[in-house]
Amino acid sequence: MKKLLKEFFKGIGSENPTFRLVLGLCPTLAVSTSVINGLGMGVAATFVLLGSNIIISLLRKFIPDQIRIPCFIMIIATFVTIVELTMKAYAPELSKALGIFVPLIVVNCIVLGRAEAFACKQGVFSSMLDALGMGIGFTLALLLISGIREMLGNGTLFGLLIAKGFEPVLYMVLAPGALLVIGLLIGGINFLARRRSAT
Amino acid sequence: MNKLTVSPSPHIKSSQTTKKIMWTVVIALIPVGMAGVYIFGISSLNVMVFSVLSCIFTEALFLKFRNRDPRAVLDGSAILTGLLLAYNLPPSTPFWIPVIGGAVSIILGKQIFGGLGQNIFNPALVGRAFLQISWPVYMTTWKNPRWWPDAISSATPLAKEAGPHFTYMDLFLGNRAGCIGEVCVIALIIGALFLLVTKIISLHIPLSFIGTVGIITWIFGKDGFFKGDFIFNILAGGIILGAFFMATDYVTSPLTKKGKIIFGIGCGVLTAIIRLRGSYPEGVCYSILFMNAAVPIIDRFTKTKKYGLIKK
Repeated sequence: MKKLLKEFFKGIGSENPTFRLVLGLCPTLAVSTSVINGLGMGVAATFVLLGSNIIISLLRKFIPDQIRIPCFIMIIATFVTIVELTMKAYAPELSKALGIFVPLIVVNCIVLGRAEAFACKQGVFSSMLDALGMGIGFTLALLLISGIREMLGNGTLFGLLIAKGFEPVLYMVLAPGALLVIGLLIGGINFLARRRSAT
Repeated sequence: MNKLTVSPSPHIKSSQTTKKIMWTVVIALIPVGMAGVYIFGISSLNVMVFSVLSCIFTEALFLKFRNRDPRAVLDGSAILTGLLLAYNLPPSTPFWIPVIGGAVSIILGKQIFGGLGQNIFNPALVGRAFLQISWPVYMTTWKNPRWWPDAISSATPLAKEAGPHFTYMDLFLGNRAGCIGEVCVIALIIGALFLLVTKIISLHIPLSFIGTVGIITWIFGKDGFFKGDFIFNILAGGIILGAFFMATDYVTSPLTKKGKIIFGIGCGVLTAIIRLRGSYPEGVCYSILFMNAAVPIIDRFTKTKKYGLIKK
């Protein structure tokens, strides 16, 4: 039980895909301009991660080693198609805002990384927990980054005005702002982690 | 201070210190500041004061945070960054622009990399680039000289719609709209001469920088092949300020003479391209930042031969 809990929590903390493994930066940089976009991306990626991890873990004995990557991609693409069509049907605005980055979840290195590094070697239940942990970790990271960027760059949070008379820092909603925020957050987290391990 | 010596030998000891160099540059910048205040009025003094205070305060805060000697605040580098940043701002910006700019310059331009001597980019220009991207409206609302009838204009001489009504004398004396420290060329030249006489800077970077811009704008100017108005192009923007006071920053420029010339030519080419073809009217800030990023590789390929080494 303790081991299973560890599989779940490592994705949120010690092996956070964005801040510790530094994976999936492409969607992180691109869609973190507003909290809604960040949340949408995080939930979509979590769903794909969960689905693909479960199926790959179930099929791990049947997938030949030589062609495992194409097999993973097929399974992942199936779930991405589900997400994409669902989003288009029920959240057309979000789908428009995320644009190409929803279909691009197919080649998201977090999803592929978990399939290759975890799901194809472990049982169904721990793969599921791993996927949930990683997905939630990714979503939390996106929420943090997009929250900072939306607040500073647009003066809003979830689209609501938070401060009147605030002059938005345009830099933050542009691409360099994303790199800056991620860089500073990773730097800060490394600093705290190092100080904790030193004491 | 950092004990690591990265330049090729021989290393000569002298009484020159970082502190002395920084303060000499600050002194060299005084005439420019006085000219700025004279031309644009007291509001430019406000910008300068807010910018310098913000830099000093941020520097002190970070030195404390990083457990460094707090006396390093007064080594002049923070004051210099603040002054240079203010000289790069329009004279009528609201007070929080230089305050944020100063903080960004020190934090993102300098302390994040490990403080003075470790920074890749010129801190003042990092601050300016940040402000330029974040608040383009405030950064391009120019104030006219005090004696002009209308107070606020929206164009510097380099902007396409305002080109030819300036005589060379206007540009030379600073009778135009622009950043606080870039308009009065004669004050800049006085400061630059002071730096040259005290041997703080050498002519390699400024001459190659200004010369390259002159040649390119002469060949590919608006009026046709080999007919461009290169004197206008040299006097009208921030090139004099950039070439003498910012591209020559010790930390972010190459070590050797050859490297400095390559650096200056690179700055010149980029500035000319941005001016002639880019969407911004002025490109000095971005071109110096670009070339700052190229300094490590320039240094690597312009290493001097070791003394006594026989060429194979």
